Amino acid sequence: MIDKILPTPQAALADVHDGATVMIGGFGNAGMPAQLIDALIEHGAKGLTIVNNNAGNADTGLAALIKARRVKKMICSFPRQADSWHFDGQYRAGEIELELVPQGTLAERIRAAGAGIGAFFTPTAYGTRLAEGKESRRIGGRDYVLEYPIHADYALIKADRADRWGNLTYRKSARNFGPIMASAAKCTVVQVRETVELGALDPEEIVTPGIFVQRVVRVAPSASLGKAA
Amino acid sequence: MKKLDRNQIAARVARDIPEGAYVNLGIGLPTLVANHIPKGREVILHSENGVLGIGPRPAPGQEDEDLINAGKEPVTLLPGGAYFHHADSFGMIRGGHIDFCVLGAFQVSAAGDLANWHTGEPDAIPAVGGAMDLAMGAKKVLVMMEHVTKSGASKIVEQCSYPLTGVACVNRIYTDLAVIDVRPEGLRVVEMIDGLSFEELQRLTGAPLKVGAAAAKAA
Repeated sequence: MIDKILPTPQAALADVHDGATVMIGGFGNAGMPAQLIDALIEHGAKGLTIVNNNAGNADTGLAALIKARRVKKMICSFPRQADSWHFDGQYRAGEIELELVPQGTLAERIRAAGAGIGAFFTPTAYGTRLAEGKESRRIGGRDYVLEYPIHADYALIKADRADRWGNLTYRKSARNFGPIMASAAKCTVVQVRETVELGALDPEEIVTPGIFVQRVVRVAPSASLGKAA
Repeated sequence: MKKLDRNQIAARVARDIPEGAYVNLGIGLPTLVANHIPKGREVILHSENGVLGIGPRPAPGQEDEDLINAGKEPVTLLPGGAYFHHADSFGMIRGGHIDFCVLGAFQVSAAGDLANWHTGEPDAIPAVGGAMDLAMGAKKVLVMMEHVTKSGASKIVEQCSYPLTGVACVNRIYTDLAVIDVRPEGLRVVEMIDGLSFEELQRLTGAPLKVGAAAAKAA
């Protein structure tokens, strides 16, 4: 019997190795898998390359992982925020590497990895410093920049409900990077609010089919759920 | 001559957004545009983090941390709204499905180059977000900004000195002094505020302007 549901976040992340590339879902706090990140900090893996839209907010979640000095490199679109002080400090001290990627290019590079695409041309960033050193091509009278996929060893994402096959539904704008990161990692680990019996999810409403998911953990809702972001 | 305030600029932008348009409003100043869409005009707001049909800010206590906009502020969803993942969201942007995006700017050049993501200072932490995708992808890119900086330098320039967000991507500029179109032949003034002469506007602008027919009449 297939059963991807594991008892704890710790069990779901036990084999993460030093130097792994880890995608972390979420846009700000919406969709951020807070309990999985806590378990990753507890686990102790270091030298990580983290893929996320941002570079952590305040002192929890990804910011706490950065604060614990487990992150060698950030691949993200928008690191600088009013409360990104842990990233800011390490970046200014030259202690963390940054690969800055336009947000749509970030999403498409992740999607491309999951879809088996070797590279793609995008108009985004043509003629800017984020395209410096990259191959470009004029296609149909328009200029494009060549971009490569981003593969990951692990994806840590948050969904709303899952069954034991790993089929997922999401909640509102917490979906964001979840479905594409799930497809781009060798091992996708999902924290969900609720696990349900096989067949209980309406097949028409499954957003991420279980083929993209390896491990599922049910977690208690975070303390801040329902309050202002 | 009385310069437009931020809400008046936003209201002027909103006037140009027609019924049925799909619109992305950038973080900051452009979000004010949503408050000035006339009642009864159906305009669908897109948010890069995977939402179409953004509604007003929720009442206090009704916020939901799973429903936010690109600025990570709590929002609501209108009936008919939809959620989708990030690659689809930016497919909408890059694929030319967004009719208008409204962005702030540090500088816009005479050729419509946009600089709005990086001050170029060596110790600045760069952050680009979705700005480059919006600049290159939306059908029409509208910029709203103050005409000159706090120190009086024109934000409309021959060539941007700040790092570019996109090349030749801006269609129309809305400032506290004027509405200016970016055309292949150069910058063309569509409107000016009352009491401002073309000569004075030109003096405050760092690139050559041409005067459009409507603006000439108004002046």
